[in-house]
Amino acid sequence: MNKQKDATIPTIPAKARLSRWFGRNLIRIYAVFGFTYLFIPVLYTFAFSFNDSGKSNLIWKGFTLDNWKNPCGAPEVCAALGNSIKIGLLATVFSTILGTMIAFAIGRYAFKGRSSSNLLIFLPMATPEIVLGASLLSLFLVFHINPGFWPTVIAHVMFCISFVVVTVKARIASLDPRLEQAAMDLYANELETFRRVTLPLVAPGIAGAALLAFSLSFDDFIITNFNSGTLKTFPEFVYTSAARGIPAQANVIGSAMFILALLIVIAGQFVGRRVKVSK
Amino acid sequence: MSNVLTKVKLPYLLLLPGFLFLFTFFILPIVNLAQTSTQTPIAGGDTGQYEQTLQFSNYITAFTENKEQFARSFVFALCATILALAIAYPLAYAIAFKAGKLKNFLLVLVVAPFFVSFLLRTIAWKQILGEEGFVVPTLRNIGIIGQSTTLTSTSFAVVMGMTYNFLPFMTLPLYASLERIDPRTMEASGDLYANGITTFRKVTLPLSMPGVVAGTLLTFIPAAGDYVNAAILGSPNTKMIGNVIESRYFKIVDYPTAAALSFTLMAAILILVTLYIRKAGTEELV
Repeated sequence: MNKQKDATIPTIPAKARLSRWFGRNLIRIYAVFGFTYLFIPVLYTFAFSFNDSGKSNLIWKGFTLDNWKNPCGAPEVCAALGNSIKIGLLATVFSTILGTMIAFAIGRYAFKGRSSSNLLIFLPMATPEIVLGASLLSLFLVFHINPGFWPTVIAHVMFCISFVVVTVKARIASLDPRLEQAAMDLYANELETFRRVTLPLVAPGIAGAALLAFSLSFDDFIITNFNSGTLKTFPEFVYTSAARGIPAQANVIGSAMFILALLIVIAGQFVGRRVKVSK
Repeated sequence: MSNVLTKVKLPYLLLLPGFLFLFTFFILPIVNLAQTSTQTPIAGGDTGQYEQTLQFSNYITAFTENKEQFARSFVFALCATILALAIAYPLAYAIAFKAGKLKNFLLVLVVAPFFVSFLLRTIAWKQILGEEGFVVPTLRNIGIIGQSTTLTSTSFAVVMGMTYNFLPFMTLPLYASLERIDPRTMEASGDLYANGITTFRKVTLPLSMPGVVAGTLLTFIPAAGDYVNAAILGSPNTKMIGNVIESRYFKIVDYPTAAALSFTLMAAILILVTLYIRKAGTEELV
């Protein structure tokens, strides 16, 4: 094999070989550029989390681990992070439950009003965030509800539901109906079939939807900014402190969230692979 | 008998809680927003107090005062969408067909930047492209840009920021639809003497259209209503309609104008989206 290769290669001029390699790998080279574009600001954020910056983290002043040792060192930063996590978890739980129920209804049953149900799910995704945020705040103001923690949770559940429905629905649509039929053939009743066949098969979709909901909620700024009042979430903290200079601790939290999310996803894939193998 | 009845009712029972929620916190607010948009200030009232007078001319005033920002929003959003498509399509293609065992890992990498707050990343761009970053001095030294040219506070920076922020929203649906394509269809096209470009134009691209439509919508819609990129990376000369709505709401407490602008924006987007879906001829999205 190798000898044959060696024998043929010299007949092609080096220049042609290079351009051929280039042509064959063009798409890969392009992908490397794409990923570089995606990761430049991530690397920047990570690098500047080690900056010995003092108050404003604009210019590189030297390497330090102090920010990582004391992530709550900057005022308000951990309180804001705590708010974001609390809101994110609540929004994830509620939107995943409500969204999964809707996904089962739409994905599993033919009923009157199914296409208008689809439309109702699509509309919040087709509405710009600023309109969602502004309109919800107007409603709260009409009912004399002060913006704050719970209005923010409600806002997040509202915009996460559609994304949960779409994700779970896709998983339901890809199920092999024969698996459920087989369960029924083996005398499982509907509830048992659902609990022991359908639900475990849809579970990865639900987990993915929950992860998506949490990350959408955790990272949301526009809708939150309208409905949070004096409460500050992490993105709001970053936005308001941008004028004075963001403390390096914010970079630490951003980087830590990034590493944590990567670990969760990799662990999830690992578990998924083991489940497959043990089956 | 009762069993049959619950079976018929079951989908509705499953829908009920979620739809009740969406009705209260999505539909009702939009209706309320429509009401607010035709109000006028109460004579002799405090700032922020309005009454319903069905003043439809609010829309005309709001629109004519902010024509420029409206136009800019749609042009910027369109540029960002096209750029994102140009970057994301080869990326998604490479992940779907050329990544081999690395496929899942690369897919995770596309989503991973999400977890560093998008505001931190946008501000990172501001600093990278800013006066104190290394890009601007380098480009000036090489002579690519003039000594007084800046990259931040320009339309270029705003469009680049939006392209960057919405790139995963473009890549994921593209990947999903490319991944579903049976590679044998492309082989067949090659067997029938189509070259690479023809195969792409006649086989791959048409089969990936649902992904193109979903990706462009998921990029265009948030981009048109965005104000964060314009606020961080732009200048007063690059204000978008989102910036106007935000400042009307919070700084001027002019709720009717903010509502009228929001409604106009939403209507414009819905019309464009409907025309686009019709034209692209895909129902798979919904």
